Amino acid sequence: MLLAAIDWGFIFDQTLTQMVGLNAAVYAIAAIGLNVHFGYAGLLNFGQVGFVAVGAYGMGLSVTLWDLHPVLAVLGGVVFAAIFALLLGIPTLRLRADYLAIVTIAAAEIIRLMARSTALRTVTRGAEGLNEFVGPFREYNPFDASQSYGIGPVGYRGTEFFAILIGWLVALLAVLLVWTLMRSPWGRVVKAIRENEDAALALGKNAYWYKLQALILGGIIGGFAGMVEAVGKATVQPDFYVAPLTFFFWLVLIIGGVGKVWAPIIGSMIYWALITFVQNLGRQLVDQGIVPTSVMDPSQVDQIRFWIVGIALALLMVYRPQGIFGSREEMALDAR
Amino acid sequence: MPDDTVTIDASGLRGIANEPGVAKPDPIIVVDGMRRAFGGIVAVDVDHVEIQRGVITGLIGPNGAGKTTFFNLLTGFDAPDTGHTTFKGEVIDGTSPHRLARRGLVRTFQLTKSLTKLRVIDNMKLGAQRQRGEKFFNGLFAPLWKAQDREVEQRADELLKRFKLDHMRDEYAGTLSGGQRKLLEMARALMSQPEAIMLDEPMAGVNPALTQSLLGHVKDLRAEGITVVFVEHDMDVVRDISDWVVVMAEGEIIAEGPHSTITSNQRVIDAYLGTHHDAPLNLSEEQARIAEDEAIAERGRHHD
Repeated sequence: MLLAAIDWGFIFDQTLTQMVGLNAAVYAIAAIGLNVHFGYAGLLNFGQVGFVAVGAYGMGLSVTLWDLHPVLAVLGGVVFAAIFALLLGIPTLRLRADYLAIVTIAAAEIIRLMARSTALRTVTRGAEGLNEFVGPFREYNPFDASQSYGIGPVGYRGTEFFAILIGWLVALLAVLLVWTLMRSPWGRVVKAIRENEDAALALGKNAYWYKLQALILGGIIGGFAGMVEAVGKATVQPDFYVAPLTFFFWLVLIIGGVGKVWAPIIGSMIYWALITFVQNLGRQLVDQGIVPTSVMDPSQVDQIRFWIVGIALALLMVYRPQGIFGSREEMALDAR
Repeated sequence: MPDDTVTIDASGLRGIANEPGVAKPDPIIVVDGMRRAFGGIVAVDVDHVEIQRGVITGLIGPNGAGKTTFFNLLTGFDAPDTGHTTFKGEVIDGTSPHRLARRGLVRTFQLTKSLTKLRVIDNMKLGAQRQRGEKFFNGLFAPLWKAQDREVEQRADELLKRFKLDHMRDEYAGTLSGGQRKLLEMARALMSQPEAIMLDEPMAGVNPALTQSLLGHVKDLRAEGITVVFVEHDMDVVRDISDWVVVMAEGEIIAEGPHSTITSNQRVIDAYLGTHHDAPLNLSEEQARIAEDEAIAERGRHHD
């Protein structure tokens, strides 16, 4: 049997490691922000990666430019993300939903191109990115960088383990925050605006102000995704914040179920498990010669995995359009 | 011909001249020189109109007369090109709809705007004003708003019972029928404890049985001292509940008065009701119509 040559144990180890790894945490946090925007407030944000970038740069620059304490640097990231939200929201949220969508997709690219531009080289270090900010953060790392931490087959080096722990903690706190808010009268108004803005207005709710608040909240959460990513990888790389990333965050949210509080976390785990599994399996199939190189060579495996994700998403939309957590009952209401 | 209107004596409108723009003893809304044009089409061009406090005013007119635009202008959903509006004696020009709602002027929509993915009870609770928990930071701390929320919920439950929607309390609003949505929208508007409520075609698409209960609710509003303005095409409804009728055509107000004077007004008949209207306008006409139909049926039987 040819498949016996495949090291299934290795594949599952890799899959599990990525499922709860740093990337999964970062994507989950970014998707929580997106869930606030789209799932609860109905805001079409196609530039969540812009918030991620602004958060990371806000924190990084706070250290490299102003030499701030890590706590204040995180606050710097929050402030940058909030300002970005205001810049996007103030001119567009009085208009129809489409305008925010257009502006966010463009603004995210503007942020990336600005950050890597030679004109701002003295500030953002251009395409090199920020690399000298992580020191003060690492001082708080209680784990030994040379040792491996983890449970069972899943293990990370001390520095990464610290970042992952912080990442999932942030994700958990963000979920808790969103859950609390969406059960409050504030959340009721936000959801009402998603359903029908005119109705909310007619009932005395300042829709514009609530939408702005939701945009800021989701944006700040997105900023935290950037901060976790930057600390975990010890760098802020402008070309990490490319437009397709936003759509992976969307994917994560849709897999989990739009407007459901746990959706981003589970969605992100499933997404990373799927991607890693397909990638590792593909590599081994090629390496072992089970799939001949005339059909697929090793460099093509990375592309194939996105095909598979695409197919999986299509199947999800056919058989479970509401996502993992979504309710079919709610979904049916849209058709009425 | 008997006077069909209900409370013309009580409304303080007795003896008021039946002419467009007539001054009323206790107006809650006063509109002056309001004009709104879309491109070359003048949708609303109202010289002067006063809405009497505490009565039910029906706004009728042919399709495209500008009734809904007029509603939008009064409630801040649209801004007039020129003109002034006062509500409770205060100028409200350019005031946004949510501020007007807080000041006691609420509206419903011709096409109901149920918040489909919110439960019926949440739809109701949304209507309450000045909720502490609706502020972002207060929302984070349940003890700050929980007590008030319970009061709101209690009031919502009472209203749901009154509107016979209490059995749907925990369902999504999207599962309600068209008529139930109309009821919900009216009940929800009442949660804000308004002084004036503007109903845009409250009876459209509602089955006859429900129409009666809706009419009852509208009359109840008046009994509570709430000013009601409504747009309606069903002349039976207009006759049944309105104390005063304002007729619009081509953006202008062409007639005002109690129902009985409106239906015999030549300008109104020309512009809206027509001489051969589908529905009979009063009882004697209805009886005449029935007699005519019976005579035709009788002739039919003789031919067989």
